[in-house]
Amino acid sequence: MRWSVQYLLELCAGKFEGALVPVITPRKTLPVYDVIVVGSGAGGGLAGYILAKAGVKVIMLEAGRNYDPLTETPMFETTHEAPLRDAPTPDKPFGFFDATVNGGWTVPDEPYMVKRRGKEGWEEASDWDTQSATQNFMWWRPRMLGGRTNHWARVALRMGPYDFKPRSRDGMGFDWPITYEDMASWYDKTEALIGVWGTNEGMENTPDSAPGVLLPPPRPRGYEMLARRACAKLGIPMIPSHQAILTKPLNGRSSCFYATDCGRGCSIRANFQSTTVLIPPAIETGCMDLITDAMVREVTTDKSGRATGVIYIDKASGRESRASARVVVLCASGCESARILLNSKSALFPDGLANGSGKVGRYLMDTVGSDLTGQIPALENCPPHNEDGASVLHLYSPWWLYKEQRAGKMDFPRGYHIELSGGRNMPEMGNPLPASLCDGVYGKKLKEEARRYYGSFVSFAGRGEMIPNEKAFCEIDPGRKDKWGIPVLRFHWDFSERETRQAAHMQKTFSDIIGALGGKVIGSPQLDGAKAIAIGGTIIHEVGTTCMGADAKSSVLNQWSQAWEIPNLFVMDGGPFVSNADKNPTLTILALAMRSSSWLVEELRKGNLG
Amino acid sequence: MQRMIAVAAAGSLVEGRVFAGTGLRAAIGTDPNLRAKVIPWDLVLSGPEVKSLAVLCDLILPADAHSPSASAVGVPEFINEWVSAPYPQQEDDLKLVREGLRWIEREAAATFGKRFNELTEKEGIAICDAICSIARAKPEHAAAALFFAKLRDLAAGGYYTTPEGSKDIGYIGNKPMAEFPGPPPEVLKHLGLE
Repeated sequence: MRWSVQYLLELCAGKFEGALVPVITPRKTLPVYDVIVVGSGAGGGLAGYILAKAGVKVIMLEAGRNYDPLTETPMFETTHEAPLRDAPTPDKPFGFFDATVNGGWTVPDEPYMVKRRGKEGWEEASDWDTQSATQNFMWWRPRMLGGRTNHWARVALRMGPYDFKPRSRDGMGFDWPITYEDMASWYDKTEALIGVWGTNEGMENTPDSAPGVLLPPPRPRGYEMLARRACAKLGIPMIPSHQAILTKPLNGRSSCFYATDCGRGCSIRANFQSTTVLIPPAIETGCMDLITDAMVREVTTDKSGRATGVIYIDKASGRESRASARVVVLCASGCESARILLNSKSALFPDGLANGSGKVGRYLMDTVGSDLTGQIPALENCPPHNEDGASVLHLYSPWWLYKEQRAGKMDFPRGYHIELSGGRNMPEMGNPLPASLCDGVYGKKLKEEARRYYGSFVSFAGRGEMIPNEKAFCEIDPGRKDKWGIPVLRFHWDFSERETRQAAHMQKTFSDIIGALGGKVIGSPQLDGAKAIAIGGTIIHEVGTTCMGADAKSSVLNQWSQAWEIPNLFVMDGGPFVSNADKNPTLTILALAMRSSSWLVEELRKGNLG
Repeated sequence: MQRMIAVAAAGSLVEGRVFAGTGLRAAIGTDPNLRAKVIPWDLVLSGPEVKSLAVLCDLILPADAHSPSASAVGVPEFINEWVSAPYPQQEDDLKLVREGLRWIEREAAATFGKRFNELTEKEGIAICDAICSIARAKPEHAAAALFFAKLRDLAAGGYYTTPEGSKDIGYIGNKPMAEFPGPPPEVLKHLGLE
């Protein structure tokens, strides 16, 4: 079997030169490819990598511009070197240095429609700040090679055995057509390919990796050690997080040097980005061509109902172009792939492609999010020391109340994990002291207080499971089109009490942890879950909308991410997700894309796909 | 920075043009070069306004044994960069800062018969003491207290993001290292984690 772990490990061991990616123009493309991959993020990057490495002729179409992390990433620039000291703006909602290109909560010329709290009717999304937003849903999109893998938090958690069969456990949501056992080896291969640090703790529904796959975690920071001690008092475990960041060199990539923010991207390729880890070696095979600024509008089909290629807009010229292939793989992000399918209407498919079940766009999910910050006196006046670390969390708490849930002691199903942040970070725009600590203070006293309190704040963020529901979905807006003439999406959204009670539980838990740390909550915990829960979409874990399932009636895709109705059409982004466990989705998007594209290679070899 | 200071000195001339919507209010945009700092909008505060800000910023963040004053590290000029930016938050802040500076001038004239810039340090502190706390401010000072709180936030943000401010507060990261050592012994001791 060619697709053994050994084979992949050997593949990964091959060195490659990074990362100036050659991009071709539509004029230079081949007349027909084996596979069109739409999108270059986690799903697209991995699918392109597996296919090209197997000698399959691939064309990758990316809606955004070419992007070179090696030359474009601000690595040691301080906030002083950014306009407005790197503060968030509507143009760059995560700050000037955030890697995201031409995107954020809105994308120029590419609107989406939402409902606004307290208002009837649809309007164009315009909010840019999640704290003050009143939209029912916020959709984060970049327009760049590598997509959201360029700025993500690199939290790389496996879904566990329970997470693939949630309905069988508690009767809610849906089961996946695959088990954890089906996925375990693909998680191993994915982790070995991209590099993930973490430890095997043997905990319930928190799977171990195969021996030797995970990289060693970095040491915890001071505040993380304090939090771990406080959590232990409350019976909450705190263990090394799993992060897609190298702590040892891997496949010609350097290990982390514990400076600069991962959200900016990484010019030394120490963290995982599709642009540094997947796309260059795929291009180097000579089997993959790449066109950027290519906005796919629809998948084309022939009279027999098979996919023949895609129509895309070449953004540079505004002209409509076509690409043809034996197979089309959509990896445009859950909602964007659903949009392409719904816009691919024909006499044969009047409701859009692969939509005989009516489920395209349905069961859109995000993650339940809520956070709370505390001021911890034990951290005041700490001797100066370097706490940058790998910029992200070194420790986290996996969900720990399975037993209580089984005993019927919880008022919500499923669980959440806790991510923490804090420490002596590079000062950002904004007062280092919250209003409650500096009202009435100025002059030399203010400077003393700033020194005293710097590094004494710790924030806890809950990331929990949302159960799919009938009221959260996207569909094509009947009137609006984007600049390219492509009909846009509008978003319906609803959280149930299953989610809002979980958010309230997060607030109570974080308040307890801050108490156990001897600290004070900044503000007060929000125990009304409907107010505590982050707006849908704002955790940027957009999954669902093209769910896989056991049959063509209830789902869009089979277990190989292949459309039930069109055998040569696949979706390999967050769309196939059947549930959205508290485990951040990127690692599972990657592992699923690896499993599905490896199967696709075999199907092509067997001649099953034309 | 040179360009910013020059524009600030040009004062009210700039101000008039900027609000005429002549394109001088260019934004950062969604795809700026992240490795080059360019401020694409003109600065709107006048020379006298920036001077008053400098006095106020130095009362809020004066020089001490650890670090220089706010004006010595460009905080007033940064606040001008901030309030001149063509974004909703910054436009709100501009309004608040302008109104606050006018209030300060009126207060200096009414109480001491002088321009704010001509006050002694003691006189400046007397005005600040009346408005430095939102919780304790008299009702007639409520708006001025909001202005002071905003200015304290902007000045502190501007100050601690400079190399000097960053050093003062004790940030010593942003340096590559082969291994992350975790907290050193003196920190473990401080945290009771030995």
